[in-house]
Order: sequence, then C-alpha cells, then structure tokens
Amino acid sequence: MSTGLIHWFRYASPQSFYPLAGRMVPWFAWLAGLSAAAGLWIAFFVAPTDAQQGESYRIIFVHVPASWMSMFLYLVMAGWSGLGLVLNTRLSGMMAHAVAPTGALFAFLSLWTGALWGRPTWGAYWVWDARLTSELVLFFLYLGYMALNAAIDDPRRADRATAVLALVGVVNVPIIYFSVQWWNTLHQGASVSLTRAPSMAATMLAGMLVMAFAFWMYSIAAALARVRAIMLEREAHMEWTHKLKEAEA
Amino acid sequence: MSSPSVSAAFGGIVRRDLRLAARRKSEPLFTLGFFVLVSSLFPLGLGPEPELLRRIAPGVLWVAALLASMLALGRMFTADYEDGTLEQLALAPVPLVASVGGKVAAHWLVSELPLVLVSPLLALQYGLPADVIALLMISLLIGTPALSLVGAIGAALTLGVRGGGVLVALLVLPLYVPTLIFGAGAVDAGLAGMSSAANLSLLGACLIFATVFAPPAAAAAVRIALE
Repeated sequence: MSTGLIHWFRYASPQSFYPLAGRMVPWFAWLAGLSAAAGLWIAFFVAPTDAQQGESYRIIFVHVPASWMSMFLYLVMAGWSGLGLVLNTRLSGMMAHAVAPTGALFAFLSLWTGALWGRPTWGAYWVWDARLTSELVLFFLYLGYMALNAAIDDPRRADRATAVLALVGVVNVPIIYFSVQWWNTLHQGASVSLTRAPSMAATMLAGMLVMAFAFWMYSIAAALARVRAIMLEREAHMEWTHKLKEAEA
Repeated sequence: MSSPSVSAAFGGIVRRDLRLAARRKSEPLFTLGFFVLVSSLFPLGLGPEPELLRRIAPGVLWVAALLASMLALGRMFTADYEDGTLEQLALAPVPLVASVGGKVAAHWLVSELPLVLVSPLLALQYGLPADVIALLMISLLIGTPALSLVGAIGAALTLGVRGGGVLVALLVLPLYVPTLIFGAGAVDAGLAGMSSAANLSLLGACLIFATVFAPPAAAAAVRIALE
C-alpha cells in the first residue's frame, strides 16, 4: 500500500480528523466573511440597476447562491450518506448530519428571499409554481432527515436509516433544477449557464459568483464546526476525548 | 434443501397477509372510514355550493385518499416487527426484497384498493360527471400503489422509533407530492374537458419508478431496523 493512501484514510477516524477540522474552521470562516463582504459591496455599489426590475432585483445576490447551495448541500449530504452505507465509516454519517442543518438553512433562506423578491415583481409573496413547490419539498426533506436523526437513539442506526432517506430524497434535486425548463412557470429561467453567454451584466454575474463562493466557504466552516461537536458528543466515552479534556484543563 | 423461488415467496407473503387481514376484518375498515369521513367534512366546512364542490373534488378526494393511505402505513410492518416475523423473513433464503414486495402488495390490496372502490360514491357526493368519476378511479388505481411503495420506505425507517406515527408523515408526505400533483391533475384536466393523457402517463412513470426503486430501499431500511 502506498503511503498516500494511508495518509488519507487516517482522517476517516474521528480522533485524527478532530484537530484537523479545528485547524481548518477559522480559515474557511475568514474566507467566508471576506468574500461575503466583497460580494455585498459588488451587489450594492458596483452592480448596475436592472432595466426592468429596478433596485429590487439586488436580492438575487442572496437568493440565487442560497438556492444553489440548498440543492448542492443535499447532494453532498446524500454523497456522504452513500459513502457511509458502502464503506461503513463512522465519519461519513457524522459529516452527513453536520451538513443537514446548513442545507435546511439555505433552503429556508432561498424561500424567504424568494418571497421578498416575488412581492414587488410578481405581486405576491408566494405562488404555487413548480420551482417554488419543489424547493419547499426540499426544505421538508431536510426537516424529515433531521427529525428521523433526532428520533433514533442509537447513533449507528440513525446514520444508516437517515442515509437511506437522504438517498431516496435525492430524486427531488433534479426536479427542482430542471423545473423551469420542464414546466412553463412564473419563475424565470436560469440566469447563468455554462454553455451560453450569461443573460446579465458581467458585474452582476461576478457579484453572484463571489456570494456563492462566500456561502460555500460558510457551509464548509459551519459543517466542520458542527462535525466537531458531533464527534465529541458521540465519542465522549473514548480515550481521546478524555485526553482532550485533560489537555484543556 | 433447495430455497423457494422468488415468486413463490412473494405469493406466499401476499396470501399470508391477506389471510391475517381476513381474520381481523375491522382494521382495514378504519382506513376506509377515515377516507369517507374526511371527504364528507369538506362540504360541511365549505358550504354546499355544487359549483365549488365540483371544482375542488379532484384535489380533496386525492388528498383524503393520500392521508388515509399514510395512516395505514403503521400497519405494514409493525406487527411483524414486534413478534419477530420480520427477522425470520430477513434470515430466510429468499431475497428480502421479494418478501417486502409481497407485504407492500398485500397492504395495497387490503388498505388501498377499498379506497379506490369507494371513491365513485364520494365523487357522486361532489357532483362529478360519470366520465370524470371513471378518470378518478383510474388515477387512484395507478397512484395508490405508488403511494404504498414509497410509504413502505417510511414505514420501515420508523420501525420501533419514538413518535413513529407522526414522524412517518414528515418523511413520507414530501415524497408523495409528485403522485398527488399528477393524480389530481389528471382528474382536473378531465373536469376541464382537456386530455388527461399527459398526467396519467406521468403518474404511470411515478409508479414504475417506485416499483423499481422503493422495494430495495424498503428492504434496506428493514435490515437497518432489525440490527
């Protein structure tokens, strides 16, 4: 076996991942804070006023990255869940649980900012449109995932049961993503695409991408901080956590 | 000793569960009673205007059927989980997927087929025309097996879990959404005089998708619950 492999698998054990995560959290948190400041500066002072929607469009800088992250984090959660089911590693389940609340937060943020944006542009806080409904379903899936996790006392069983649920719910993510193409709905089509020129000013796009980067960094920082707490909680009876306590005392 | 074939195991489970249900006749009737009662509450709450009732009938009947089928999920595995039958099934030389599939099929026959059969009566209460009633029955006939299949995952995941009854609703209802949209949409289209073929096709797609993916997921969930 090559040394590279050993090196990587070492961090699959909570004992060795705990200090590494602790060292990484501040970096990602700082990156998140700085890029969020830069993104908001672009959003409020650099990006031009939209020709049709006026100033109200500026909520796009929170709304779109939050929606992206809510979908992407579900995939991350399902990925960790699948990995946990296949490899039966302890850390995978913990990572999936650590990502879930952040994903739910972004799904909620996406719905909330969408409502605030919908009022001036569509004249209603909420419409029963395909994309809104499927984002709401995604939010409910996050809630169901966390509720099932909370209801099962045995952590190993909770890991595996929630993993099955996460993998079943993953069907919803492509439905949200493609809903504006499949159904002719009120929600506007995607503004950003990899295959054609973006339908917006370059500064707007830059602001959105910077904000998406900020949310990404925040998600990593929050998930790592949370996974540290989960590790301590689950491994409270292990030797390494006792040593940690002694070192702090 | 040669192990029994998958189809024999499937059929055996279905026969056994049907016989159990036949000896305890009242329980499936609870589900049916719930369906009838909830559907009858809406006219009382909304007032007896025929035009309004006809307009909301597809959605109301579909939601009532969906809630009734969700309430019935608790019965799918619980008794077998508690008396150890499920463990025996998991240890048997037949794939657990076949046994779980048999249980889902029996559950559909006992708890949901009666809903489909009684739905024309309720549709008459709402003043739906005959061709739309037929459409309602067809959509329920395609949609309720999908509900049972998806519900089996939730039922298996919440086996022996605190607050299982409410939790199963939280897990399963979001996954029921596509079936509800296409099922009620098919009846709605028929009521508006349009073709419901598109909605029925999508409903059929939901059923096929659930038939392929739900039994393995439910079987995995049963194994996790038995650990």
